[in-house]
Order: sequence, then C-alpha cells, then structure tokens
Amino acid sequence: MKLEGQVRIPSGCAIAAAISREGRRFNGEKIAAAMRPMRERSNGLGGGFAGYGIYPEYKDFFALHMFFESRDARKSCESYLKERFEIVQSEIMPTRKIPEITDEPIIWRYFVAPHRSALRSLQVDENEFVVRVATKINAETNGAHIFSCGKNMGAFKAVGYPEDVARFYRLEEYEGYSWIAHGRYPTNTPGWWGGAHPFALLDRAVVHNGEISSYDANRRCVEMFGYKCSLMTDTEVITYIMDRLLRVQGLTLTEVAQIVAAPFWSTIDAIDDPEERERLKYLRTAFSSLLITGPFSIILGFNGGLMALNDRLKLRSSVVGEKGDAVYIASEEAAIRAMEENVENVWAPAGGEPVIVYAKEGGR
Amino acid sequence: MTIIDASNLDHREINDKIREAGEEMTIRGCLGQRFIATGASDKKIAIEGVPGNALGSYLNGATIDVRGNAQDAVGDTMNDGTIIVRGDVRDVAGYAARRGRIYVRGNAGYRVGVHMKAYEDKSPLIVVGGRAGSFLGEYQAGGSIVVLGLGIGDKPLVGDFPCAGMHGGKMWLRCAPDRVRFPNQVLARRIEESERAELRALIADYCRVFDLDLDETTSGAFTVVVPNASNPYRQLRVDN
Amino acid sequence: MGADFLYPEFEVVRNPNRCVNCRICERQCSNGVHGWDAKTKTMTQDDAKCVDCQRCVAMCPTRALKIVKSDCVFRENANWSNDAIREIHKQASTGGALLSSMGNPTTAPIYWDRLLINASQVTNPPVDPLREPMETRVFLGKKPNRIERGPDGKIVPKLEPQLELSVPIMFAAMSYGSISLNAHAALARAATELGILYNTGEGGLREDFYQYGPNTVVQVASGRFGVHEDYLRAGVAIEIKMGQGAKPGIGGHLPGEKIVGDVAKTRMIPEGADAVSPAPHHDIYSIEDLRQLVLSLKEATEYRKPIIVKVAAVHNIAAIASGIARSGADVIAIDGWRGGTGAAPTRIRDNVGIPVELALAAVDQRLRDEGIRNDVSLIVGGSVRSASDLVKAIALGADACYIGTATLIALGCRMCRTCRSGKCNWGIATQRPELVERLDPEIGRKRLVNLVSAWKLELAEMMGGMGINSVEALRGNRLMLRGVGLTEKELEVLGVSCAGE
Repeated sequence: MKLEGQVRIPSGCAIAAAISREGRRFNGEKIAAAMRPMRERSNGLGGGFAGYGIYPEYKDFFALHMFFESRDARKSCESYLKERFEIVQSEIMPTRKIPEITDEPIIWRYFVAPHRSALRSLQVDENEFVVRVATKINAETNGAHIFSCGKNMGAFKAVGYPEDVARFYRLEEYEGYSWIAHGRYPTNTPGWWGGAHPFALLDRAVVHNGEISSYDANRRCVEMFGYKCSLMTDTEVITYIMDRLLRVQGLTLTEVAQIVAAPFWSTIDAIDDPEERERLKYLRTAFSSLLITGPFSIILGFNGGLMALNDRLKLRSSVVGEKGDAVYIASEEAAIRAMEENVENVWAPAGGEPVIVYAKEGGR
Repeated sequence: MTIIDASNLDHREINDKIREAGEEMTIRGCLGQRFIATGASDKKIAIEGVPGNALGSYLNGATIDVRGNAQDAVGDTMNDGTIIVRGDVRDVAGYAARRGRIYVRGNAGYRVGVHMKAYEDKSPLIVVGGRAGSFLGEYQAGGSIVVLGLGIGDKPLVGDFPCAGMHGGKMWLRCAPDRVRFPNQVLARRIEESERAELRALIADYCRVFDLDLDETTSGAFTVVVPNASNPYRQLRVDN
Repeated sequence: MGADFLYPEFEVVRNPNRCVNCRICERQCSNGVHGWDAKTKTMTQDDAKCVDCQRCVAMCPTRALKIVKSDCVFRENANWSNDAIREIHKQASTGGALLSSMGNPTTAPIYWDRLLINASQVTNPPVDPLREPMETRVFLGKKPNRIERGPDGKIVPKLEPQLELSVPIMFAAMSYGSISLNAHAALARAATELGILYNTGEGGLREDFYQYGPNTVVQVASGRFGVHEDYLRAGVAIEIKMGQGAKPGIGGHLPGEKIVGDVAKTRMIPEGADAVSPAPHHDIYSIEDLRQLVLSLKEATEYRKPIIVKVAAVHNIAAIASGIARSGADVIAIDGWRGGTGAAPTRIRDNVGIPVELALAAVDQRLRDEGIRNDVSLIVGGSVRSASDLVKAIALGADACYIGTATLIALGCRMCRTCRSGKCNWGIATQRPELVERLDPEIGRKRLVNLVSAWKLELAEMMGGMGINSVEALRGNRLMLRGVGLTEKELEVLGVSCAGE
C-alpha cells in the first residue's frame, strides 16, 4: 500500500485554534479539549498540534522536530545537520507511553543555528537556508523527516486521535500564546506519522479541512520555485503557497487571502472603487495558479498570530468566538465551547473572508 | 418532564434516552453531539448547550427548541415538525426539507433552505430573524423562506448568489429589491400590499414563539422572490 | 484513360423517384458534377468531379441525392492501401508532389482520446455549473514574478499587457485569401460578441475590419503581407507566425490567380502576383534574431500589445519554447501535427511534426522546470475538436486553445478537404463572389457564437464535475487526467498517471 508522497491521499478533518491577543501563555490542555467533541471528524489516523511561544529559552534558535526510521538514519542525518548548523541542544522528544499511540518512530528535537559560513557561501538568509535543508531532507528517502523547523514554536503530530496525540506529546507541559490543532480523516492510507498535520515550514504551520480540487495546478506552480511536494497533501502545498506569498513575495495576510480565496470576477466587476477593482484584478491575474478551489477551511499559525480562511464557496465550516483577550476558532462551535464555555461573539466568517488575529510581542 | 444530562453521552446514547423518555424532555450539557432527535415524531425536546451537526435530521413531527446556537445541517431532509433555534444556525439548514418549520432567532449560515421542497398539502417554512449567508435558497423547489434582518444595522440581509437555481416556492426578504443581486432565473419584486396578509399568516407563529410584534415585523419594505416561469435550462441542451 | 485512369472516389446516387429535375444541384455545384441533358430532360452527373462536399445533398429540396464512397477499389492489401496506390498513380502520371487540404486525416494517434477526465465523489463535492458561479475568464500574457509597492505601501497593479478572454478559446489564424471575406466577417463578429479573439492570418486586414480591433490578433508572417504601422496597431496582439502544424518548415504560396482585387489590396501586393511566404523569416536565422523581431514589434506598438509567437510542434519543441519564452514574447502558440491548412504537401502534413498533446505536455513541464512558465502563456491548437479536448489541453497546461477547423465546420464546412481548389461550395475557402455570397456572415456569426457558447457550457460542466469553479485551477492540473492504452513513456511525457493508479 502506498503512503503519502507515493500517492495523493485526500482527507477530511477537524481543525481548531486558540490564541491570546495579550500574548498570555497557556498550556496545551485547552486545545486538546477542543478536539474531543469533534471526534466524528477524525478517524484515528492522524492528529497534531502546533504551539507558539513554547520555547522561550531557545527563542533565537530553530527548533527542529524530527522523525527517524532508525538509529542509523538519525546518526547520518545528524552529521549532515552538524555540517550546516550549530546544534545547541539535541534531545529525545519527551513523550508518554499510552496504549492509543503505538509504532512511533524515533522522535528527536534539536535547537540549531545555521553556520554563518554556510549562509555566506550560499548567499541566503537563515530562513531560506532552513527551508532548503528541510526541503532536501524531506524530499530524500533517507529515513529522516523534519516536521517542524520554526523558532520558538513547534509542531507535534502522530497517527492517532488528536486528544491522544496531545497526551502522547505531554502538551500539558508546554505553554504557548497560540495553538492550532488538527484531527485527520484520511480516506485510503494506513496512516503515516509524517503525513499527519499540521504541516509546518519555518514558523508557519497549517491545519486544513477539505480536499482541494486545484491541488496539481497549485503544486506544479510552487514547485517552480524550489519547493518539493513530497507528501502530496493539500496541507503541504498550502503551506508552501503561504511561504511563497508571505515570506518571499512579502504580501500581507489579507492580500494572500484575496489570492488563494479570490473574490469571484462578478464580485470584483461590481466593486465601485476603481483602485480596489484594479488591485483585486491584479492579484488574481498575477497569481492565478495559486487560486485554491474546492472545499477548504484552514488555520495558518505563525509567530505572532494566526489566520483562518475558508474557500470562497464556503464548502467547509468554521466558527469564531471570543472571550476577553482570547480568540477561538474551530470547525464546530462545540469545540470552541469545550475550550471556553462562556465564549462570546460567536460568528461564522464568510467564504474567502480571512480572520486574522495578532498576539502582542509576537512580532509579525 | 425528563432531564437528560448529555455531558458524558455520545449521540447514540442521547437518542436512546430520547426514545425512552416521555413526551417532554430537556437535554442539558450538549456539546457537539450529532444527529440529536433524528427521525423523532411525537416529542418535545428542549436543548441546552450546543447540539452537533444534523440536529433533527429526517425529523418526523417532533418539536425541538434549542436555547442557544446550533451547528451545520439543522433539519437535514426534515419531513415534518418544528425546530426552534434561539441563537444562530450555521450552514445548510433545512436541506431538502419537505415539510415542517425551522425558526431561527439569530443569523443563519450559507446555503440555508437548499433544495427545500413542498409535498402534498404541506409546505416547509424557514424563518431567519437576523441575516442569512450566501446561496440562500439554492435550488429552492418549494416552501417559503423568510429573512427578517432584525437588528442587523447596515449589514446586508443576505450574502451573495441568493436563489441560485431556484425553481419553486417563494422567498420573502425584509429589504428593497435593489439591495440584493439576483440571478436571471428568478423574479424579484417589491411586495404587493395584498400579499401582506399572506406574509402575516406565514410568520404569525414565529412572532408568537419569539415574542415579536407581528405588525411591526411585517411592515416596511419586503422583496418577494419567485422562480421565473419559463424553464431557463431547456435551451442549453441539444439531443445527440 | 488507360494507365492514368482512376475510378472516381465518390458516386452520386440520385433517387429518380424523388428527383423533380429542379436543377438546383447543378447550380450549387462549382465542381460541375451535375448537368442537364436537354434532349432527354434528365439530370446527368460526372462522378469524377465530385469531392463529397455534400452541398448538393444539403440543398436538394426532395432529398433525392446522396454521395457514397465508391466500392470500386483495388484489391485489398494491408500494406498497399487504396490511397497509397492511387497516390503512386497520380505522381506517375504527373510528376507532381502531392498537395492536400485540411489537417492530417490518417489514423495517427490522437492522444486526447487516450486521456480521461476526473470527477469528484465524496471526498470533495462537484460544483453545479448552472447555478453556482463558474469562471472561465482567462488572461494571457506575462505574469509578474515580483510584486511592486509604491511609497505608500500599496501594490502597484501594473501588469504587462494582457489579453482577456471570456472563455479560453481563440479563433486560429486563417488569412483573408485562404478563406473568404464573409468567413472573416463571421469570425470577427462572433469573437466580438463572445469576448474572445480571432486572428487575421497573414493576409493583412481590410480597413473596415479595424472596428473589430479589440478582438483581433494581427499576424506577421514571413511574407509580411499587409504589415504596416496601422495594421500592427489595429489589433490587441501581434502574432509572429514561425510555423504551422500542418506544414512545419515550409512556407506558403497563394497562386497569382487568387490574388485578385480586394485580396491583393489587403495584402498590399499587385493583382495577379503570387503571394509567396518564405519558409523562414529572413530576419530570423537564430533565436536571438527572434528577440529582435519581438522587440521591434513591441517598439512599434509602444509595448502596449502582447506578442504571440506561433510555432509548429516539432521534435525539439520544449527547447524551442524555452528560447521563445526568453525572447521577450508574451505568449507561445503551439500548432500540432494534426492542425489544419488551406493547402500543404501531403507528405509533410502527414509526417512532419509531433502531436500537440505531447508537445504541450513537454513544453509546459520544461518551462516549469526552468521556472519561466509565468513569463509566457501557452495557446495550443491543431487539433482541438471539442470541449473535452479543450479541458484536456488546459489540464495538461494550456492557457487557451486555438480552434480553426472547428470554426469552419460551424460555418458549414463538410470537410471535403479540397480547399486548395478555391471552389468551396460553402463559400468559405473561396474568393469567387457567387460562392462567397452563399455564406451569410450574420448566420455564420450566430453559428460560431452557438458553438463557443455550447463549449463554454460543456467546459463549465466538466469543471464543475471536478469541483473546480475557476479555469485557473484547471490549468496544468494534470491530476485531473488519467491515461488509457498508453505506454509508460507516453504517460511520462504527458505527465499523467494511468487510469486506476
């Protein structure tokens, strides 16, 4: 049977997020609780989380979370890393043995900084350098997989139901100001740890619900720019689109939303302000291959905030609620109520309407 | 009256308890459990908390009263009965409903009343007190949809593409016709004064349930939408 | 007679019970097939002149006529086909190279027919094309690789010149001269009504057609007929014709007898002079020379018009396209091996070049591998026969398709493949006034509008089935295709998986 990367596997899912606008940190139990009422949306073949602000003591270093198939794979990959990075901390990922999560690979965590000489010789900044290393390691079948590589954040994922994944990774021991979560319902796979979500690149992590119909148009576009869609999942290609548009092109989150979930031409044509009409026409035309069609609801986490976005026909649901400085987002209101019973201002964003939340001191 | 504590029950257990209970009951502590009261006929069910998707699907005459918000697919393929939601409903409420009533005090999501139809002497009715999302009444084939826009301020009453593919039934929107863009397949016009009585009869029960003033609610600008009588699709096909 | 005699290919069958001797067939046939014997008061016929254009069949008021393929054929031979033998005889008796019209009619592989389209089931929903918004609008031209912001931080919405199409279909280049004025008028009017583009071909442009400028592509070919400042500015884009799928590597030759009156004036050459299009552009002997022509045309039009470079699909097409993409051109048009023509040497038409499906797949992938796919748009033609061919072309990577033969059929063509005779009974591939007037440009316009509207609907339906509501998301989306009956290598070149995979 083929795994992700050998074949494209569509999946349905549950997503959720919680963020403190004040940058207040809270542990991972809350986001894990959100996934319980949405158990029907997963099938035990994948769950995952990403937390932001969880490694303040290492905030200037890239936190690499890695799966290894064997000790040998880890050793050879580690020497590869050593040539490129200063490794300030190298440790086995703390996990909890539970009957619900089994067959785990070797899970390791490194905190690293690229060697300056390596950056100089390639003439790239450290972010681009990390992207290239992660892309290379993940594209090769060397028994090593980087599933998280941002600063002061980390993704945690496994085959299992998300609430079990949270216990497995001891998320109650981490404190972050922003969390995103995913429960997976893949359609035809035995489930693979690397294929679970979120998919993360640098500090950007994406969780996603739905199967997009534009996948190959999007994939073949981003692959022009050095990305390699080795997992062949929607979440992976969406993450690359985000990286391309936000980091490389320097677009704003709102502009990105207007590209990937572009307003219909009929809507653009009906806009009175000619400047706005021209701007939207420009974005659609310039980045036409990055329009995402088909059902999706995504949450994009990044250092300093998050964005939730639905496809323009709104074929997947998402709900937003607030309480104090906290903002909650989920596929279902019940998940929000599981995080905060007395949530206020509950509303459902429209298709293509981005919900962008920033946290203090997070930077942009 | 029976009290069902749903906080540690899954949807099968809840529905078993509904079947075991007498005519009237209150379900407390709902948190996302799906399919509550599916196919129920002779019950009166009050719900506290957030019931999950497909609340009252295939409902067959029962009355459901949700004290807060409900999620997606409320009253999916409903056959008869009443679903009252005192908060909001999300997407696809009343999909393919054949009879019965869905009363929403708050706002409704996308594709409300999609493919709602009528059957024999009964005709379904959806009334939304606040706003409705895009694709309202998509493929509407029968019955009535009313959107009142109570207290919504300047926000649009409905989203984009209302009545896409509407081919039966009637829609009443509490706004002037020029506030909304309609497809060619429908005729949208200002209410005729002679129709006010029909509208009053349609939503009198809704106003009673939510304690609203019927005169005030049925006054002012209304747009009535009905399908364009000529089949708009026939000329698109040629025998081969 | 004797060794030169070949039995007629077609026989005219006249039903005497139905024929009322109205002689309409006689008047309708420019080939002189039908005659009238005044003595016996009966219709006569010369089957040898019949080209099976079916004009008489369509016009016979009593349905008394039919044209059948003759059953008087040579002894069956799987190696020496009837056509092969006939061609030898024709050459032996004349010493001439064979000349044919319209595209390659052989049983050459048609890859469109080996590709199947996907549809959504369960994991994501199909979209209803009749009731939900379904977008077929496309823009052809260079797309920016970097956005630009003004001092206020706002995006500068400045794009290189773009061609807007309401549906990704364009009418392929067919010159005034090769087809009639009325055919051109029908194409121009239909393109205007549809919000798409038609193409002048290399025959120049009459001034009374300048009104269709916003929907016109003007062509610059090696003969440079009718090319002048106003002409270049008349359309929305300029197409440099480097080659044609039906006859890659050779030029064109419109004989002097067709260069009469208006055609001569429009081409800006003397009446009766042969219109010879050289095989190459004599200012382009290398790829850097193409850049020179592209830029000179841009200079002449103040960089306001996209430049299309049209090439025939030949073996090295991917590298050629890469060179064109780097020449400053905005759009590459690839014309496939089965593309149509007014006249082409038979051997070249049937044996030179490669199928457009493979060429398109190779070009799209090559441009992506080089990271320059966004620098150009791709149009393919030769031959796109239906909306499903169109969908497959877009999924393989095309931005839009040229349709030529399909438009002629819509105008009445029965594919008799004798365009070169200039005696087209349907008023399309002819300059004879009495034949041209048979084609009413208004009826032609309506039929073309009908055709493209029907394809647009079919395109929307197939897109909807795939859960795609904008054609942008179909472009290059090869996951939406599967191959049947193809070798692994063919699948590899096409970049699609086998059905069932």
